[in-house]
Amino acid sequence: MNDWSAVLRRIRALTVKETRQVLRDPSSVAIGVAFPLMMILLFGYGLSLDVTRVTIAAVDLDASSDSAALVGAFRLSPYFQVIAVHSIAEARTLVLDRRADGALLISSDFSRRWHHGGAQVQVLVNGTDANQARIMQAYAQGPVANWSAEYAGSVGNASTGPVVVVDRMWFNESNDSHYFLVPGLIVLVMTIIGAFLTAMVVAREWERGTLEALFVTPVRVGEFLISKLLPYFGLGITGFVLCLLAGKFLFHVPLRGSLPLLCLASTTYLLVTLGIGLLVSTLVKSQFLASQLVLLLTYLPAMMLSGLVFDLRSMPAFIQGVTYAIPARYAVALLQTLYLAGDVGSTIWPKLAVLTAMAVGLLILTRLATRKRLS
Amino acid sequence: MRSSLYRILALIQKEFLAVLKDPRSRTIIFLPPILQSLLFGYAASFDLNSVPYAVLDQDHSAASAALLSRLDGSGVFHRQADLARAGDISALINSSRALLVIQIGQDFERHLVMGEPALVQVVADGRNSNTAGTAMGYFGNVVDEFNADWRSGHGQAGPPVQIVMRSWYNPNLDSRWGMVPSLIGTLTLVGAMMLTAMSVAREREQGTFDQLLVTPFRPFEIMAGKAIPNVAIGLAQSTTILLIAQFWFHIPFSGSFVVLYSGLGLFLMAAVGLGLLVSSIAATMQQAMLYAFLLIMPFALLSGLVTPVKTMPEFLQSALLINPLLYALDITKRVYLENAGFAQLVPDFAPLAAIGAVTLSFAAWFFRKRLA
Repeated sequence: MNDWSAVLRRIRALTVKETRQVLRDPSSVAIGVAFPLMMILLFGYGLSLDVTRVTIAAVDLDASSDSAALVGAFRLSPYFQVIAVHSIAEARTLVLDRRADGALLISSDFSRRWHHGGAQVQVLVNGTDANQARIMQAYAQGPVANWSAEYAGSVGNASTGPVVVVDRMWFNESNDSHYFLVPGLIVLVMTIIGAFLTAMVVAREWERGTLEALFVTPVRVGEFLISKLLPYFGLGITGFVLCLLAGKFLFHVPLRGSLPLLCLASTTYLLVTLGIGLLVSTLVKSQFLASQLVLLLTYLPAMMLSGLVFDLRSMPAFIQGVTYAIPARYAVALLQTLYLAGDVGSTIWPKLAVLTAMAVGLLILTRLATRKRLS
Repeated sequence: MRSSLYRILALIQKEFLAVLKDPRSRTIIFLPPILQSLLFGYAASFDLNSVPYAVLDQDHSAASAALLSRLDGSGVFHRQADLARAGDISALINSSRALLVIQIGQDFERHLVMGEPALVQVVADGRNSNTAGTAMGYFGNVVDEFNADWRSGHGQAGPPVQIVMRSWYNPNLDSRWGMVPSLIGTLTLVGAMMLTAMSVAREREQGTFDQLLVTPFRPFEIMAGKAIPNVAIGLAQSTTILLIAQFWFHIPFSGSFVVLYSGLGLFLMAAVGLGLLVSSIAATMQQAMLYAFLLIMPFALLSGLVTPVKTMPEFLQSALLINPLLYALDITKRVYLENAGFAQLVPDFAPLAAIGAVTLSFAAWFFRKRLA
């Protein structure tokens, strides 16, 4: 009884010290509050995979009324801005100077061949940004189909073939990329607060020797670790709540799953990142190395290998294998499912179990590593 | 003049020693760019190589079988399940086992033969709407081919105008061709800014920076002594990634190394200048690290690496004019793939030179202020 009250008193004292340290350092507050706000703004207004207007340089070598009408169809399209040029070389210069995104080439026999039933137009895109180039190729179908439908009505409507595809996108009917970016945002914010900040703080104590000083006091390793976890856990929750509010009120992303499950999934992931931060800093004991390692082990994989931006299905098999070791992978899948699909038990429980196992494993490892350093 | 040069050289030597003598910090400088360019070169792609799908074929006709075999023969679509009831669709999509579920109604063949529109319903998992859109696009292509064959096989006229797609500078539209050259700038920015910010902050935290200030070094010399080694390390990192792009990923380099390295030199001066700027605000290593990170984050996200700059709102685009990575990505991609020359790149070189000049002179001024 007496023993327990002493334990609690020590944890409380250490936590108060740690919390003061967090609140007094402007950089910790910057990471806990300014960073989530900045990310919300960036993700909300800066990042978008949705499409915009493209500029196309039109080379009409035919100069017939037919070809003029086809160029006109591009001008009418909301997706295209047309610049008329006289040669393909001129178009290429425009593309190289970034004044056009691609070119439309109508050859000089276009009208003649069209009346014989086999005309071609070329759409040339700049492949430097392959994703944008592909979007432009898809756009180009529209004006050509419109022109065909209007001009060649007698030949049959080219835009609807015998088989017509009716597609529906579940979970995101309006195709808004915020829907999958906001759950990812929460994961990124947690990663930075949990792993990056914690690693820096603990490594600094090792570097300065204040930890060794602490260990000659009656404070036990477990108590020390808990007192380190609590303030950063609180900071992480602050970031989480900010993102949650922004998702609801700023971006209007629906939460189709239950809020308690969302909180459970997020806090479990936060514990994993805290564990990584503590473990790395305990092992390397240098602020520079700890920060670089944490960036390498948590932040960059969370950005690139978690399915947050780049779909895991696009990756070669061995990279997909690597992603199974990355906690953010499970967190992104959990949050995207909870936000957009709902409480899908078959997805949620296995992934939550993996994250829980990771959190427990990391905290035990940290505890062992810290004890070893004492002896 | 000559003695100033000697002093700078001595500082450069000291800086290299401080960074490179510790094997762990040597590793942390060169291993991450190598690992990351390999990993991200494979991972950072919007191309979809495999679309798991399920089918609910209620027609069981020759026509529906022909459409499905065309799908299975595409090499991209992989059938996960044949469903019997529409009620099974949601389970497959929810559990992510299928990205698309294709539903062919029981009148499919009859409509086709009678020349009426034969509907095929596609349900896509929109949790990642970009992927879902790409997968639906692939499916649309397969259906287009099927339609063209059906028309010619049944004596109907083909489409009056055929669109021929061609792509400049990246014939197969492989997104890796744009991504890997972009990593040269991105990974180097992270390294250069952090390393610089940390190297000054470490000296300030340990008190050796004040010792440096009482030596005969002039503020300009201290600045140069900090900047030059970090620019050199950044160039070495860039070269490593450039080699990986050419010899591992076999992305053909069509530009000029002189243009590329001039651009990278200017870019690194800007990045190191920003790193020094950060270290002037930061009192500790932790602050230096976190502030550097707070700058790198928006720089990387809003550079065109992940999403195009054009789609960003105006106010962000103008705020981004101070983003060195924006110019660096433009330079590396255009030199690497399009063989751009100095004349085309003036709009990139000029702002980089300006950022470098402003930040480096500020650093020198700041070191003088601390002296006074």
